[in-house]
Amino acid sequence: MRSNNNIILETTMKVVLFIIVLFSVYIFFAGHYYPGGGFIGGLMTSGAIVLLLIAYDIKTVATILPVNYRTMTGIGLLFAIGTSAGSLLFNVPFLTHAFGHIEVPILGDISLHTATLFDLGVYLVVVGVTMTIIQTIGEDE
Amino acid sequence: MEIVMAIVIGILFMTATYLMLSKSLLRIIVGTGLLSHGAHLLILTMGGLKRGAAPLLGEQGPYTDPLPQALILTAIVISFGVTAFFLVLAYRAYKELGTDNIEKMRGNRGNE
Amino acid sequence: MNNLIILPILIPFVTAAILIFFHKKIRIQRWLSALSSIATIFVALVLVQKVHTDGIQSLNISSWDAPFGITLVSDMLSALLVLTTSVVAFVCLIYSFKSIGAEREKFYYYPVFNFLIVGVNGAFTTGDIFNLFVFFEVMLMSSYVLLVLGGTKIQLRESIKYLLVNVISSALFVITVAYLYSVVGTLNMAHISQRIAEIGQPGILSVIAVLFLIVFGLKGAIFPLYFWMPGSYYAPPAPVLALFGALLTKVGVYSITRTYTLFFYHDQGFTHELLQLLAIVSIIAGVIGAIAYWDMKKIIIYNIIVAVGVILYGVSVMNIDALTGSIFYLIHDMIIKAALFLLVGTIIAITGTSNLKKVSGLIKRYPGLGWTFFISALALAGIPPLSGFIGKLLIVQGGFEGSSYVGAGVVLMSSLLVLFSVMKIFINGFWGVHRAYENEDKAPVKWLLISPVILVILSALYGIGTEAILPYISQAAETLANPSIYIDAVLKE
Repeated sequence: MRSNNNIILETTMKVVLFIIVLFSVYIFFAGHYYPGGGFIGGLMTSGAIVLLLIAYDIKTVATILPVNYRTMTGIGLLFAIGTSAGSLLFNVPFLTHAFGHIEVPILGDISLHTATLFDLGVYLVVVGVTMTIIQTIGEDE
Repeated sequence: MEIVMAIVIGILFMTATYLMLSKSLLRIIVGTGLLSHGAHLLILTMGGLKRGAAPLLGEQGPYTDPLPQALILTAIVISFGVTAFFLVLAYRAYKELGTDNIEKMRGNRGNE
Repeated sequence: MNNLIILPILIPFVTAAILIFFHKKIRIQRWLSALSSIATIFVALVLVQKVHTDGIQSLNISSWDAPFGITLVSDMLSALLVLTTSVVAFVCLIYSFKSIGAEREKFYYYPVFNFLIVGVNGAFTTGDIFNLFVFFEVMLMSSYVLLVLGGTKIQLRESIKYLLVNVISSALFVITVAYLYSVVGTLNMAHISQRIAEIGQPGILSVIAVLFLIVFGLKGAIFPLYFWMPGSYYAPPAPVLALFGALLTKVGVYSITRTYTLFFYHDQGFTHELLQLLAIVSIIAGVIGAIAYWDMKKIIIYNIIVAVGVILYGVSVMNIDALTGSIFYLIHDMIIKAALFLLVGTIIAITGTSNLKKVSGLIKRYPGLGWTFFISALALAGIPPLSGFIGKLLIVQGGFEGSSYVGAGVVLMSSLLVLFSVMKIFINGFWGVHRAYENEDKAPVKWLLISPVILVILSALYGIGTEAILPYISQAAETLANPSIYIDAVLKE
């Protein structure tokens, strides 16, 4: 661990980090009908993690978030491909999506769309790839 | 408006060319970034600049063409990936070869 | 609608995604890649047969109708190229098992390899000009990684140049698509062709045609734009080099063929003349390079430029014979270039050098290697009954029909000089005094020979079985010569 005197950054970060992550989740779901989606949400999440990296060093962050980002990329890819290849099973063109409305007790009417699963894949890939790149550059001092 | 866009794109391309002709690897990467920005703006301009509603059911026309924006988004994602890869590569090359000067990377040693 | 088209893209894609999880387990990676490669070959075979019996297949992705969504189109040309790609990929893959080294294999060699195949197959299959750009980028990104994997100094140095050239050409691609979109207002290739036919190709489209020629010429290495290739292709190890040499430049050639036969065929005065000129000069420049060098890799790399020139010359003549010949030669060249690169790779594995002056007398200890090389050299030059012959014959025939005698003459002359350049490797490398090499016994020559032997056998079959293959090739050429077949198949589904 490096010695640091950036207490202001660390303290604000503890608050801001969660706001950014929450906002990125919001953006991710907003992509359903409004501007937003997996790519931009993923970038924002990786932005939050980068902020964490600025405040602490790479080892600390690795203990806080013990995630293998390359595996994450793989999972994301499988999600995206799986959703799109699912259409092959129903004998409709590749990438055709299904959607519908469901009535849920408390929340009321929810529209569900398989594109969200695809977008989740995109989200994971974006976070995975961005963090892999940043780690590769940042790993050796 | 098209004239303004054309000038902006021209300036971007000009700067990109200037930067890419320099010797420092980092400047070259910034140059490629600017080049792709110029290209993206060009798509936007070429798709026709006009105001209008999003082409969705329930919106009142006239509509704008959504395609250029979709193209730009795709192109941005790609250029983001390429630029990131280029940066990593440049960093590794700098560490291995001990220089970021493209002139010094010239040599044919090992090529012949 | 036919989901079969997507499978040659989807199978390697899924494989690549799964392999990311197993990057430490080399054995699983090898098996999975090999299996997926075989599956892709099988699917491609089915696809070729399907296109042959039922005509052009198209798939509107995500159920958006033809001019609006992204369409994948498989005509005979793209189906055949997908098949060839799959075969070459499989062969390079099994060559990699014993030559690429565990370190690279652990560092995502196989996933990236599969991504490259995704890009190449995608580029051959897509029917949307912007989607072509996307698949180009998939292919290029993978090629950057494959090129730099291993991280030796020469690889890093050459990767930077390769990347820079390709980033610029990609930006140019986007710019060209933007111009094209502003003129025709669509991205679907069939629809673009239709629109261009309606407005009758005014001058601006000739400008766009030349821009496309520059973009694809940079990837396909035609005359003034091949400067990056000898250096960059020199850096990677043999199986990667074989993949690059056999597939990447051919994607550029395919794209030129597609755009020049489907879009810009109305006013051939300037664009096709230019293409023809550049093709002829490419042949000459390539031949000069191939003769001049004493480095085995360099000689074969310059031969790529010759082949690109020959194929594009056939395309520029634009009559049915020349187009048939071009397609014949394109497929032949993919197979035989891969074989030659793998053979040169084997020689390098034995001797540890690619300098021809330091190698001699190999045939005493490795007769199999020697004769395989000899046969593939003959095939490259186009000696009957091997595969290069019929393609060149048709191209030359087409050239004479189109009364472009200079070009046809250059193609003929080039065969002779190409033969000389590869025979130089054979005579100097295989004949002469037998030498002992340092790492000779470590090289798994028997295994490394499997792949080129498969390819050479294929090449011989391709030449001997011309009669059986001709209907497929002429179907492909017919679609190129007559764009309305393509347009009807895509737009009137």
